[in-house]
Amino acid sequence: MDSPASPDRLPRVELAAISKHFGQGDTRVDALVDVALTVRAGEVVGLRGPSGCGKSTLLNVIGCVTEPSSGWMRLDGEPVYDGRFLRRDLRRLRLTRIGFIFQTHNLLPFLNATENIAAAMELAGMGHAEARERARALLAYFDMRQMRAYPSELSGGMAQRVAIARAIANEPHIILADEPTAPLDSAHAQGVMNLLERIAREQEAAVLVVTHDESIFHRFDRLISMHDGRIEAEEVPTHPVPAA
Amino acid sequence: MNLALRDVRRNKLRFALTTLGIGMLIGVVIAMAGIYEGALTDALRLPRALDADLWVVQPRTFGPFAEPSRIPRDTRELIRRMPGVAAAGAVTFQTVQATAGRRPVRLFLEGYEIGRPGGPANLIAGHGLTESHYQIIADASSGLKVGETVPLGPYRDPFEVVGLTHGMVNSGGDPMAWVTLLDAQALQFAVPPALERREQASGRNRPTTTDINAVLVRLSPRAAPAAVAANIARWKHLAAVPEVEEERYLTAFVIQKMQAQLGMFMGILVAVSAVIITLIIYTLTMDKLRSIATLKFIGAPDRVIVAMIVQQALALGLSGFAIGLALIEKVKGGFPRRVQIEPRDLLVILAMIVVVCLAGSVLGVRAAIKVNPAEALAGG
Ligand SMILES: Nc1ncnc2c1ncn2[C@@H]1O[C@H](COP(=O)(O)OP(=O)(O)O)[C@@H](O)[C@H]1O
Ligand SMILES: [Mg+2]
Repeated sequence: MDSPASPDRLPRVELAAISKHFGQGDTRVDALVDVALTVRAGEVVGLRGPSGCGKSTLLNVIGCVTEPSSGWMRLDGEPVYDGRFLRRDLRRLRLTRIGFIFQTHNLLPFLNATENIAAAMELAGMGHAEARERARALLAYFDMRQMRAYPSELSGGMAQRVAIARAIANEPHIILADEPTAPLDSAHAQGVMNLLERIAREQEAAVLVVTHDESIFHRFDRLISMHDGRIEAEEVPTHPVPAA
Repeated sequence: MNLALRDVRRNKLRFALTTLGIGMLIGVVIAMAGIYEGALTDALRLPRALDADLWVVQPRTFGPFAEPSRIPRDTRELIRRMPGVAAAGAVTFQTVQATAGRRPVRLFLEGYEIGRPGGPANLIAGHGLTESHYQIIADASSGLKVGETVPLGPYRDPFEVVGLTHGMVNSGGDPMAWVTLLDAQALQFAVPPALERREQASGRNRPTTTDINAVLVRLSPRAAPAAVAANIARWKHLAAVPEVEEERYLTAFVIQKMQAQLGMFMGILVAVSAVIITLIIYTLTMDKLRSIATLKFIGAPDRVIVAMIVQQALALGLSGFAIGLALIEKVKGGFPRRVQIEPRDLLVILAMIVVVCLAGSVLGVRAAIKVNPAEALAGG
C-alpha cells in the first residue's frame, strides 16, 4: 500500500496562491498570504502555528465559508475558486463534500445525539427513517451508547464524538477540524485522532486538523507550520518512542 | 425532521409560558370582539322578541329604542282600526332603579297592555301579568326571584315578581322588566308627595299620564308594510318605522360608539401583540443564533433556517389563539354582559394573528440571514 502522501492518490484539496485579507487601509489584516497546499485522499494533515496566524481562516476558505481575496482553489477535483467562487450553491458543496469539526462540538442543543447526526443527512436529502438508522449505526461505530442524550447531557469527549459522526455522516471527501481536541484530555484527544485516522483511511477522505496539541503531532502524516498568514514549514512528524 | 418542533419540545416550559402569555393577550382580543357581538345581540334582542312589523312613534324621532318618543295613548285605538293592522299595543319604556334583595338593580321597564302585543315572550318561570296593578315580570339576570316584592317609584309601591325571562336586556345591558301600561305611566309621571303639594300650590299642570312612547303594530298577513306606514304617516303627529329600520337605528346609533370604542381598543391590543410577538420571535432567534450559524456552516440552505423561525412563530401564534379561545370560553359566563363569540370574528382574529406572526418573523429572519457563520463560530 502506498503512503497517504503519495502523489498517486487523488488530491482532494488543492490551493494555489490563496490570499485573504480583512479590512482596508490602516485596519487591513493579511490573514493568508500566497498559500499553496495540497491534501490527498487518505491523508491526515496537521496545521499548527501561533494564535492569529491564519489557521482558522485557511480552514474557512477551504470550507467555502470565507471567500478568499485572490488565488485558485480546487476541491475534490472540481475548480471552486478562481478569483471568484465558481459555483453558487456553496452550501450544497459543504453539505455533501465537506465535514466540519469545531473546537466546541457546536451540536444543535435541541436535538439529541442521533437527531444531530440524522439532521445533517436529512439536509442532504436522505429520508427520515434511513437517516435515523444510519445515525445510529454511526454512533455504534464510534462506540457511543447514549444515542438519545442531548448535547448538554454529554461529556466533552462524547459530544465531540457525536460532532465527528455528524461531520462524516454524508461521507464527505474533505474533513476540516479546527482544534477538535482542545477541550479534551489526552486520552480523549488520542481517541478523536483514532477516529479521524480511521475515516481518512476507510473513506479516502482528506483530513486537515488545526491543533496546538503537541501530544497528537506524531499522529499526522504531515505537519504544516504557519506564521503570519504564510506556510512556513512542513515536516513528517517522528513517532515518539513508546515508554518501556 | 422538523427543527422548529424539536426546539419547542426541548424547551417545553419556556414555550408553554410564552404561549400562555400570548394566549392571554389573544384572549382579550377575542373577548373584545365577543363583547361587541354580545352588545349587538342584546340591543336587537328586545325589538326582535317584541316581534313588531311597524313601530308607530313621534315623527322625526328614531323610535322608542334609539330616542325618546311621545304620542297620545289613543293612537293605539286609531291604528288598530286601520286596514291591514292585525293587532296593536301601546308601550312605554323607562329605566328604573330597584332593589333585588339588598342589591340595587337597574331595570329597563316596559309598560304594555295585557292581551295586546308588547309583552314578554318565553317565560322561564312563573306566569304573565294577570292583575292590572303591582305585578312585574323581570329578566332573571336582574337577580329577582318569583314571589319577591320590589318597591318601585316615589311611593315605593310593592310590585310582586310573577314571572322571569331569560337573556332579555336592553342595549345598555340593563335587565328588562314588564309591568302594565297603567303602572308604567304612574311610575313615569308620579312625583314624591312633597313635590306634588308644591306643584299643586303653584297651580302648575301635572304632566299628562296618558302619553305612551310607541305603538307596536302587527300586520295581517296580506298587508303591505309600506302602504300601512304611508297611511299612518298621513297623521302629521305620527310616523311609522318598519322593524328593520328600527334595528338599523339601534345598530347605527346606539351600538356604533361602542363599536368604535372596542375597535380602537382592539387596534391597540393588536399593535401591542404584534410588538410582543415580534420581540419574542426575535429573542428566540437570537438565542438560537449559534445553532443557526452552525446550520449555515455545515451547509443548510436559508430555506431551512427561515422555515424554522417562521414555523415557530406560527406555532406560538396558533397555540396562543387556541389557549386564548379556551380561556375566554371558560370565563365568558363571568362577564357582567353577554360575550358572544362568533366564528366569523374568530376567523378574522386568526387571520390577523397569522399576519402578525409572519410580520413578526421578519426581524428574526433578517438577523438569521445576516449572520456570518465563520464569525459567529469564531473563537470556539
Ligand atoms: N472576520 C474577520 N474580520 C477581520 N479580521 C479577521 C476576521 N477573521 C479573522 N481575522 C483576523 O485574521 C487573522 C487570522 O485569524 P485566524 O484565522 O482566526 O487565526 P488562528 O485561527 O490561526 O488563530 C487574525 O489577525 C484575525 O484577527
Ligand atoms: Mg483559530
